[in-house]
Amino acid sequence: MEEILQILLSGLVLGLIFSLVAVGLNIIFGVMDIVNFAHGEFLMVSMYICYWLFVWFGLSPLFSLPICIAALFLLGVGVYKLLIGRILSAPMLTQIFATFGLMLFLQNLALFLWSSDYRTIQDPLIFGKKITVLDGVFLGVPQLAAGAGALVITGLVFLLINKTELGRALRATAEDKEAAALMGINTDRIFALSWGIGGACVGAAGALLAGFYPIFPYVGAVFCTTAFVVVVLGGFGSIAGAFFAGIIIGLVQIGFGSYFPAAYKMAFVYGIYLLTVFVRPRGLLGKS
Amino acid sequence: MTFEKRRSLAPYICLIIGVLLPLCIRHPLFLHTMVLVYLYGFMSMGWNILGGYTGQVSLGHAVYFGIGAYTSTTLFLQSGLSPWLGMPLGVSAAVITAMIISYPCFQLKGHYFAIATICLGEIVRVVFINWERVGGATGMGLPIEYSFSAFQFASKVPYYYITLFFLAAALFLTGWIERRRMGYYLRAIKMDQEAARSLGIDTRRYKMAAMALSAGITAIAGTIYAQFVLYIDPESVFASHVSIIMCLISVLGGTHSKWGPILGALVLIPLQESTRFLWGGGGYGIDLIVYALLIMGIAVFQPEGLIGVVTRMETSFKGRFARRTPA
Repeated sequence: MEEILQILLSGLVLGLIFSLVAVGLNIIFGVMDIVNFAHGEFLMVSMYICYWLFVWFGLSPLFSLPICIAALFLLGVGVYKLLIGRILSAPMLTQIFATFGLMLFLQNLALFLWSSDYRTIQDPLIFGKKITVLDGVFLGVPQLAAGAGALVITGLVFLLINKTELGRALRATAEDKEAAALMGINTDRIFALSWGIGGACVGAAGALLAGFYPIFPYVGAVFCTTAFVVVVLGGFGSIAGAFFAGIIIGLVQIGFGSYFPAAYKMAFVYGIYLLTVFVRPRGLLGKS
Repeated sequence: MTFEKRRSLAPYICLIIGVLLPLCIRHPLFLHTMVLVYLYGFMSMGWNILGGYTGQVSLGHAVYFGIGAYTSTTLFLQSGLSPWLGMPLGVSAAVITAMIISYPCFQLKGHYFAIATICLGEIVRVVFINWERVGGATGMGLPIEYSFSAFQFASKVPYYYITLFFLAAALFLTGWIERRRMGYYLRAIKMDQEAARSLGIDTRRYKMAAMALSAGITAIAGTIYAQFVLYIDPESVFASHVSIIMCLISVLGGTHSKWGPILGALVLIPLQESTRFLWGGGGYGIDLIVYALLIMGIAVFQPEGLIGVVTRMETSFKGRFARRTPA
């Protein structure tokens, strides 16, 4: 019983992080119809920002959170201005390779600058502390903070997209770029913003994750492919869908990983992707 | 002689240069690099039939490469079958796998198809890592046995001519398909699948045919790779970087042309080998940083691929040629 509760709790926390990463990917994918293969590396950059802020200034990842969000927002906008904005009309293959090149670039830049060492942030404020939920069921304070933070930020992004004027412009652009432009929406600005918001989401996820997850140049790979699966399972363009799908994938990963060899875990997650696209291509909450 | 006639001689001139090169330069490093150029050019041409001509972006072609390498190697190790006979069996295994995989996958479009191929590639890799009968995660080494029937040679020269032969064969095959009805059908599918279907093209059948050709060529490359390196493991033949390099070479060279993958391999492989040679020792990743910048640069400044530069040069040359020799 305790074991199952423990799995549920850990899966939920991981799932909430997956949701936040996938929401960022989904906004870019939804608005631009471009898959950002470098999304995981954005996460990695954010985690390294946290790490160095902690090492240099002793800043707890919890306080680095707004800095990471701002930095990754700028990174997203910068990537759009320098790279993506120039290949909007290029074939899909070219777009895939541009973000793919960005992924290789960021990954190997991190490898060059900071080596392949695994690093952890041992923040005295939260590291290693845990609370007892029930007898024998524990939740680490960093995990608790990450889960709660991810939940709040995903909620804020949901409100931003669904309740504000900016969100309406984003959704309109996602639906029909030409029509949106005719309605007086500056689509170039919306594209840049969608990269900024997508980056900010993954930046927040990185800062939350940095409190308890090892930091290394390839950390993004796992989260990026998982985020693809979450986006598709939840439904293209649906924030709420990505939220629930993230939790499902988090629970599946932790649950599956505790009973079967770890090597099969990702294969199982990829299996979920294939099952979704063949059986229900629009995902859980996507529009048909 | 008209410009077109002279131009049609170009492949034969390239082939003659290719055949004569090892007679002039015998340095093993040069031959090694050229074998890799031809091998990667060859398999990228295979990828390009599906990804370039038909527009179905597969990011999981390592599956077929790995099946080609594993089939011939396993048969050689376990029943002593010559890799020359293992090669067609590997091709059959890869084509059958491709048919099973692609039948459901071809109902997906664009990114969904591409990501599905990534997922399938990873699943197959995990299967082979855990398949102890074919070496599991440690892979299999081929015992040294220099002979033609064992497909092993002490010198690099035989490998050079074997890979050159397959590259030339793939070039002529692609050129032949390009001119056939099938070539037009494939490009129509790439442009607009619905429109192609409404004109009466059996899109799924032609996509499957492109997939079969593409997987078969990739499997041949897998067998040659295994015989050249003499050691295979899931990390070297099934990993995603194998899938990626095939499309990378095609995109770099240009996916519209049969020459694109050759051009891409001629630029990328020497670059990869030399950056690895110059900076790669410490594992610092500079080689891949250069590589990544090149990919992004090509995407932004030359989205048609390097073949675009060649075409422009050709057009300006043609103009000058026409002025010099009035018809």
